[in-house]
Amino acid sequence: MQHGKYRFIVGFLALPLGLYALFVVWPFIQSIYYSFTDWTGLSPEFKMVGFDNYSRMLDDEIFWKSLQHSLLFALLLPVVTISLALFFAFMINVGGRKRRNGPVVTGVRGSSFYKIVYFFPQVLSIAIVALLFAFAYNPDSGAINSILRGIGLDDVQPLWLGDPDLALWAVMAVLVWSTVGFFVVLFSAGMASIPAEMYEAALLDGAGRATTFFRVTLPLLWDTVQSGWVYMGILALGAESFAVVQIMTTGPGGPDYSTTVMVLYVYQKAFRDGQAAYATTIGVALLVVTLAFAAVVMRLGRRERLEY
Amino acid sequence: MKTTQTPAPVPAESGAPVTKEDTPPGPPPKPKKEGTVLNVFSHGVLVIWAFMVVMPLLWAVMTSFKDDRSIFSSPWSLPDTLHFDNWSRAWTEANMSDYFLNTVLVVGGSLIGTLVLGSMAAYVLARFDFPGNRFIYFLFIGGMSFPIMLALVPLFYVVNNMGLLNTIHGLILVYIAYSLPFTVFFLTAFFRTLPTSIAEAAFVDGASHSRTFFQIMLPMAKPGLISVGIFNFLGQWNQYMLPTVLNTDPDKRVLTQGLVQLAVSQGYKGDWSGLFAGLVMAMLPVLAAYIVFQRQVVQGLTAGALK
Repeated sequence: MQHGKYRFIVGFLALPLGLYALFVVWPFIQSIYYSFTDWTGLSPEFKMVGFDNYSRMLDDEIFWKSLQHSLLFALLLPVVTISLALFFAFMINVGGRKRRNGPVVTGVRGSSFYKIVYFFPQVLSIAIVALLFAFAYNPDSGAINSILRGIGLDDVQPLWLGDPDLALWAVMAVLVWSTVGFFVVLFSAGMASIPAEMYEAALLDGAGRATTFFRVTLPLLWDTVQSGWVYMGILALGAESFAVVQIMTTGPGGPDYSTTVMVLYVYQKAFRDGQAAYATTIGVALLVVTLAFAAVVMRLGRRERLEY
Repeated sequence: MKTTQTPAPVPAESGAPVTKEDTPPGPPPKPKKEGTVLNVFSHGVLVIWAFMVVMPLLWAVMTSFKDDRSIFSSPWSLPDTLHFDNWSRAWTEANMSDYFLNTVLVVGGSLIGTLVLGSMAAYVLARFDFPGNRFIYFLFIGGMSFPIMLALVPLFYVVNNMGLLNTIHGLILVYIAYSLPFTVFFLTAFFRTLPTSIAEAAFVDGASHSRTFFQIMLPMAKPGLISVGIFNFLGQWNQYMLPTVLNTDPDKRVLTQGLVQLAVSQGYKGDWSGLFAGLVMAMLPVLAAYIVFQRQVVQGLTAGALK
């Protein structure tokens, strides 16, 4: 298979690689370079300013707020989402009533129905989900406060997105709502491939539900959980959090910067305030946070791979 | 291990009555209860979450048929009459039809481009040894974990200098570029699993490399192309960040952008019912497609994470 091999390779790679280099790789390299300049983005002139942007960033109170919120997103959202999803997936796959002569471990009745419904938010755009909840959170005419009134909690009428103490949590809840279903389906597929003998053996040894989950299910599912963790963290630091915060919160960024996140702050500095160079500096900080997050999860999560 | 046919000896499990003579020694009545309690409990939580997922969507559908006054006065009441005029108003006056058309054009173009370019690159990377193969592979893969927003700041000016800002074809090219990392990652793994013998036979028979690829390998890779195609279709259809930055011309807006803009402007005009109609209009096709192609969609979206 030699003749014409290199011509073929070049011919096939040129277009995809060229496009990728031009629109993805090159801008990444440029943005790191720009973070050392005073480029405004509005005019083509700029000069090198060394680490000025970086020292400015360290003194920027809003940057620290956005970093704090982004870290909270990256740490808390995967924990909550993945725990909920594992719980639901376990219930779906193992929580069923045992039928006589049936397998020892059964899923609940209607398990495929739950999986279909739970997956709904995953196929919707995060922008549409964010809009929908922006209305649902409306203090006067929104669905949520109206339910609270309906069940007699007339005094409990939070401002939700308008309340600096609540806004961030309200936004995070929407991200949980929209991503849990994906992980339920993902983990269900993993759990379904665990051989029933494993459960039988555990039950014969007298293991209860909780023990079975922590000693059998979770270890066998660990690889999936770990990659899901990284995936969720990257989403929570990047595109998803941008959409929800930008669409749902006033400002955007919330009352008193209470919901601003790094990715939104990059966007605002670059395209609203005309400070492109400073925006890329915050972007570099975001890159560092993202890579550090992925490295930590992969490192802490390293275990011996279990074959079955 | 072989216990499957004798149901009783698994006490912690049985919600079904422990029956007859073969009842083993061992803790009898309590575990039986655990099974039932667990079953009720698991159904309970599962139903609650199902409600929490469905209610907001139903609420949106319901609201899209109400008039503005009842939206504000009683958010959960059923519409008194079905106001279909909300829908026609959203479709024509609020430009939903344009947003749909733009989205179809952008997603159609970029989906085809992504699959063609992605499978070409993945095939070469999976099947040919050449210096730099690993480097190029990891260059593609690296794009999956980098925060896109960092690149978007210079990208805006790259696209602008090329005269591609606020154009449909410019957006298509950018969508393709940002879909390549996952597509290449997924399809490279897929091409590696395909048998080599058929391609070699074709090559011995005198087919060129590219002919072997288009006539032999691509048809064999169809399942993988479908999975990654669904993944990219949903990702590109639902894309919000890229068009928000690179596509600021009101006439070129895609669906997600258009809706958000609509929400901002309806804040002044006060046409909330029309906005909800637009929102539901944007949700329904995707949900309907998902319900029809449920199995494929789930496979496509979870395929990457299970690798």
